[in-house]
Amino acid sequence: MDLNTAWFLLVGVLIIGYAILDGFDLGVGSLYYLLGKTNEERKVLLGSIGPFWDGNEVWLLTGGGALFAAFPLVYATVFSGFYLAMMLVLFGLIFRAVAIEFRNQIDEPVWRQRWDFLFFVGSFLPALLFGVAVGNVAQGLPLDNAYNYTGGFLALLNPYALLLGLLGLAAFLMQGVTFTMMKTEGTLQKRAEGLFGTIWISFVALYLAGSIYTYIVAPSLFDNYIRYPVLYLVPFITVAGIALAPWAVRYARYGTAFLASSLCMAGMILTLALGMFPNWVPAVDPNLSLTIYNAASSQLTLKAMLIIALAGVPIVLFYTIYVYRVFKGKVKLNQGGY
Amino acid sequence: MDALFLSRLQFGLTAFFHFIFPPLSIGLATIIAVIELQYFRTGKELYDKMARFWFKLFAITFAIGVASGITMEFQFGTNWSQYSRFVGDIFGAPLAAEGVFAFFLESTFMGLLLFGRDRISKAMRFFASFFVALGSTLSAFWIIVANSWQQTPAGFKIEGGRAVLTDFFAAVFNPSTVPRYLHTVDAAYITGAFFMMGISAYFLLRNKNVEIARTSMKIALIFAVVAVLAQGLLGDLHARQVAVTQPAKLAAFEGAWESSSNAPLNIIGLPNPGKESTSFSIGIPGLLSWLVYGDSGARIQGLKDFAVADRPPVAATYWSYRAMILAAGWFVVLVLWGAILLKRGRVYTNRKFLTAAYYSMLMPLAVNEAGWFAAEIGRQPWIVHGLLKTSAAASPLPAYQVLLSIILFGAVYSGLLVVLITLVRREVRQAMTGDSEVAGVAGAGSGISQPGMPV
Repeated sequence: MDLNTAWFLLVGVLIIGYAILDGFDLGVGSLYYLLGKTNEERKVLLGSIGPFWDGNEVWLLTGGGALFAAFPLVYATVFSGFYLAMMLVLFGLIFRAVAIEFRNQIDEPVWRQRWDFLFFVGSFLPALLFGVAVGNVAQGLPLDNAYNYTGGFLALLNPYALLLGLLGLAAFLMQGVTFTMMKTEGTLQKRAEGLFGTIWISFVALYLAGSIYTYIVAPSLFDNYIRYPVLYLVPFITVAGIALAPWAVRYARYGTAFLASSLCMAGMILTLALGMFPNWVPAVDPNLSLTIYNAASSQLTLKAMLIIALAGVPIVLFYTIYVYRVFKGKVKLNQGGY
Repeated sequence: MDALFLSRLQFGLTAFFHFIFPPLSIGLATIIAVIELQYFRTGKELYDKMARFWFKLFAITFAIGVASGITMEFQFGTNWSQYSRFVGDIFGAPLAAEGVFAFFLESTFMGLLLFGRDRISKAMRFFASFFVALGSTLSAFWIIVANSWQQTPAGFKIEGGRAVLTDFFAAVFNPSTVPRYLHTVDAAYITGAFFMMGISAYFLLRNKNVEIARTSMKIALIFAVVAVLAQGLLGDLHARQVAVTQPAKLAAFEGAWESSSNAPLNIIGLPNPGKESTSFSIGIPGLLSWLVYGDSGARIQGLKDFAVADRPPVAATYWSYRAMILAAGWFVVLVLWGAILLKRGRVYTNRKFLTAAYYSMLMPLAVNEAGWFAAEIGRQPWIVHGLLKTSAAASPLPAYQVLLSIILFGAVYSGLLVVLITLVRREVRQAMTGDSEVAGVAGAGSGISQPGMPV
């Protein structure tokens, strides 16, 4: 395996890590009004993600940094091409960050309602738009000779991209709802169980629709699978997650349910990534596609970055696991906070 | 208004706003770690209360620092795609390293302290605070590596119209990384120390939370004395490096148009770019040459040595630099005054000093921005010194889209600033009226109710 492929996989791991981890707090935020009806319930929901969301978001920052470092042309083309959409995501993330931290600073209903709303919007927008962005990349972008995106903002809102946006949203909601079951008890947990069925069915329906639509819009994404049929094992990660989740919820194995939901997320991203390989951004004109080779940094940079990753990531995993263990178990009110 | 101008405006605006917070975070986190160390060593309840109070204020400012930092990470791609393509081989690595080595550390242990403070031991509390401080300090290192490479690029070759890495360590430790890093981190210590001194002074002036305020004032003042005096050396180190690596910038700092040996150190003047001269200039002859090269006869380049198109905007660079230097003079006076009072045991009761400390509380934030202005405006017209001009670096975006995002950033950031100020003031007031746990200390036997307090 060459360095370019290694970095394709590593950036993929960062994206999957982000989707699984920030996925549960984006999901909790998107389901905020459906799950939490009273002030206490909302406090518990915020408390459940409180110690983690900031660290989870670092996966996105690191993923962005790694993409910039390893595949600068992809970083430049995608982020400038999706300008307004990216700005919406950024504003969403800003709203969320401050809402989580400021909501409980002042014990006053109007103050809380405003931050509650910003927390919901700030979670929902990114949860929807990440999938829209992926949908646009997957079906191929119109690029000019300088690799600049030539479509407009509204062209990003095409049916296929919107379908993938909804699929992504459903996957985030499943992360959120299984996480809530795992971390709460009583009414909140019951309410999460009640929502789970609808979310699961929506996810399955959207996953099937998305797969079929992909075959119509971007049949080339199946080329790698036709060439190496063994790759068809990868989508089974998602299928396994889909099968496992309702069973786990039924027998109150909430940790397993969260794991199953995470499998769905990871499987889906991996499936797409293997279909795209070695492209990062397929262009409408295939000669202009950004690949792991023509969009990459030099071998020296990729090597230096690999050393940084190998030195740093194990340490990160070590203390991240330690902190998750400190907060093991159900959330209690008055556990501290902002 | 074209997209280039708007992208520059937006980057300036968002970086200006963001840069209010990291120096404050680094400074406060470091002093809080020292307080936690004291708590761990002595087990005194006072240190526990102090750590909790300052950490609460720290957390409020930290939130906005994080939120506004996310924007910075992605703006190189959204607004500066040509730049990103040109420098990606070098510039991306420090950003990724910042995530791996700094942000994870900072945010993970921040979460532990916010929500788990009562679940962990005293020792772990200290380590967690230490890691938050370490994370924020390391993050400054990597972002300054990236910025320094823009100022004094090294360890690369140009190949196919892109800068390509040839030597990782030469790029990381390029000529300005170390001087800039030391200068900036020391500025952060000054920022945190002045903030803590100011709020402590506020309490002492009103005779509230006296025990916390006294100990905090003492720790912060000692920090401030060391950091301010060290800045004399570190600032000088950094300026000498600028003189060698970016002479046009130094000339703009000094408002020096003509090259000269025996170059004067400018005190004040009125640079007039139209006439290519600085009117009413007062300076100390030979001092600049001596400061830079240790020889009052050494030659210093003036702005006229550079093509008009290669000169930075002189007035803006000159005045930001001047503002920073003049404020630094005041900081020296203030901390020496405080040090003398501390030695004589009168620092907690001298109302003049306390009032001065209170009103100087946020001044380092403004000085940080002035220093940043001087460094970045002085870098113009280059986005990467000598290699790529800012005018060639922006994304080819429709102007209306950038205008839209600027309006949103303006509105959102102003709103956040208002909320932040409201919350900090509230937190400080609550600490005085007894609504918060901190005030419990006062009630539980601090000096407040004792007769004969000298204030």
